[in-house]
Amino acid sequence: METTNNVKTPFQIPRIGDKAPNFEAESTFGPLQLEDFRGSWLVFFSHPADFTPVCTTEFIEFAKNYEKLRKLNCELLGLSIDSIFSHISWVRNIEEKFGIKIPFPIIVDLDASVANLYGMIMPGDSTTETSRCVFVIDPDGKIRAMIYYPLTTGRNIDEIIRLIQALQTTDKHTVATPANWKPGDKVIVPPPRSQESAQERMNQGYECIDWYFCKKSLEKD
Amino acid sequence: MACIDKDGNITRSAELMMLAALEPNDAETIIKECGLAPFRVRSGLRELEKVGLIQMKDNLYQITPLGIEKLEGKQVL
Repeated sequence: METTNNVKTPFQIPRIGDKAPNFEAESTFGPLQLEDFRGSWLVFFSHPADFTPVCTTEFIEFAKNYEKLRKLNCELLGLSIDSIFSHISWVRNIEEKFGIKIPFPIIVDLDASVANLYGMIMPGDSTTETSRCVFVIDPDGKIRAMIYYPLTTGRNIDEIIRLIQALQTTDKHTVATPANWKPGDKVIVPPPRSQESAQERMNQGYECIDWYFCKKSLEKD
Repeated sequence: MACIDKDGNITRSAELMMLAALEPNDAETIIKECGLAPFRVRSGLRELEKVGLIQMKDNLYQITPLGIEKLEGKQVL
């Protein structure tokens, strides 16, 4: 394994469907383990650094949407390679300058151990900062989605919420969701796995363009 | 440590957890009684156990004599 500064490459990045690696780390809410979030959905995200403008806009948007996320049984957990004092100072600054209280914890990862565990550092982008990574972890501790943005581009918080709503809809109704889906839209009926079920589904009241492409409304369930 | 500062003072969230553990209770009951997010209670109980203010037996958490002393010192009890 090569080591450049505090970045270890190549590393095994957790993948969709993997169990999210557990860790224990200091945070703005005290010491936390990933296991503490078991039973809730979790948006675990990294940001490049405290006291930077794009990150500040993201934190403000996450904070504004916190109650909406809580209603989805979803918690937020931030991370950057900054000290506890930097985190506390930044959070206080956001409250003072923008009037927004940050209601979720931020991991202190000065040795980048958690960042490396999750592959949050992109050496081609920066070897000292975490990129804008998002891991959506389900209540059983499984990674369900991953999003990566570069340092320069702030994330779309509405899209992250939509992603969680889509995953929860998939889990609840055993369906898939089409492009640009939003709650209330029709969902995709998973494609059949046999000729017999392909034939049968044409008569099951779905809105079918062809045997492999059927939609339905969830209101009918 | 989120539950206790360097001077040994307990925080409000720690107080709530300790009060919910006056009788032996499991984590889920303490979560309900405290009204805090589950992750905060789980991490808080672990910290309180580490410093001897709460003990766990048979998956039930209960405040220790030292914990009661702390609450009495804050005139919470």
